[in-house]
Amino acid sequence: MSLDNYLYLSAILFTIGAVGVVVRRNAIVVFMCIELMLNAANLSLVTFARINGTLDGQVIAFFTMVVAACEVVVGLAIIVTIYRSRRSASIDDASLLKR
Amino acid sequence: MEPLLTIQTPETVLFWFLAPLSVLAALGMLLVKKAVHSALLLAWVMVTLAIFYIAQGAVFLGIVQVVVYTGAVMMLFLFILMLVGVDSSDSLTETITGLRPIAITAAVGFGGLMVSLLGRATLGREPVGLEAANAAGNVQGIAALLFSKYVWPFEVISALLITAAVGAMVLAHHQRTTPRPTQREQSTNRFRTGSLAGAAGLPGPGVFARHNAVDVPALLPDGTPAPSSISATLKARGDVIDSAQFQLDNVDTTVVEEK
Repeated sequence: MSLDNYLYLSAILFTIGAVGVVVRRNAIVVFMCIELMLNAANLSLVTFARINGTLDGQVIAFFTMVVAACEVVVGLAIIVTIYRSRRSASIDDASLLKR
Repeated sequence: MEPLLTIQTPETVLFWFLAPLSVLAALGMLLVKKAVHSALLLAWVMVTLAIFYIAQGAVFLGIVQVVVYTGAVMMLFLFILMLVGVDSSDSLTETITGLRPIAITAAVGFGGLMVSLLGRATLGREPVGLEAANAAGNVQGIAALLFSKYVWPFEVISALLITAAVGAMVLAHHQRTTPRPTQREQSTNRFRTGSLAGAAGLPGPGVFARHNAVDVPALLPDGTPAPSSISATLKARGDVIDSAQFQLDNVDTTVVEEK
């Protein structure tokens, strides 16, 4: 097996996450798909670190995890705020700018 | 020349066992109806990724992945799911016509592009492996980089973390613009607004002497179920039992002789 297989897996998981962001309507599921995309990117960073023989890729993957944690905290707070005012977590219902 | 990195058979087996499972779980995330099931499948994908990290020599990241992602982040997701509850947006019906075929076509195109790109790209040298970099320990190696070369990004990201915590507090803080109504005012409002039917409180669930569980709506005098007697959450979940089956003339009242 070559290390490329990890990169293929990462690309596939990233693509699945991207489809989920477009297709699903529940804001929380959309958020989970974004998390999946970030995780897929982390897998490729870890693989690159192994290919290059340095730990830099792992450090950057660690930073990505921190950014993802920040994103989850703020994003879920926004979802709860929207839910509190509109009683819905559907991304199709948040269309105030359209009208 | 001896290659610098040979991948052992156990890792190959592990990869071909776990990779299809993680892809299946990720696909399931898109296809299942309930958000809670999506969250559980995502937790599984994250656990498999943690195993891959450990297999690839990123021991610290593997443990952090389990603690931070499957522990903290997914728990936060489940918390929010509990707060928000069952929602109509869980359904998989397509609201924008033609969105799904376009999304799938674009995804197949993008995925094919990425895979073929990775298949054609060559590094020009052999993969090195992390044995030399991890010689003094993976955690020590990451710490040495984090506090020397990456100390400035590390400080910036700590500022980001604090900003996110403050931001979440600001977003979650709810300031009342009107004073909270007192019990007296609530009581007055019950009689002044709407019909008088709910003034003495909503009817309780259950059919008298037959079935008094909370998922059985009470019957009105004309025999129709009273919708206000059961919780809206049960109604949204579809867990309401038809109370007509407990009506007196539907129940078999003939005495069966015991043998």
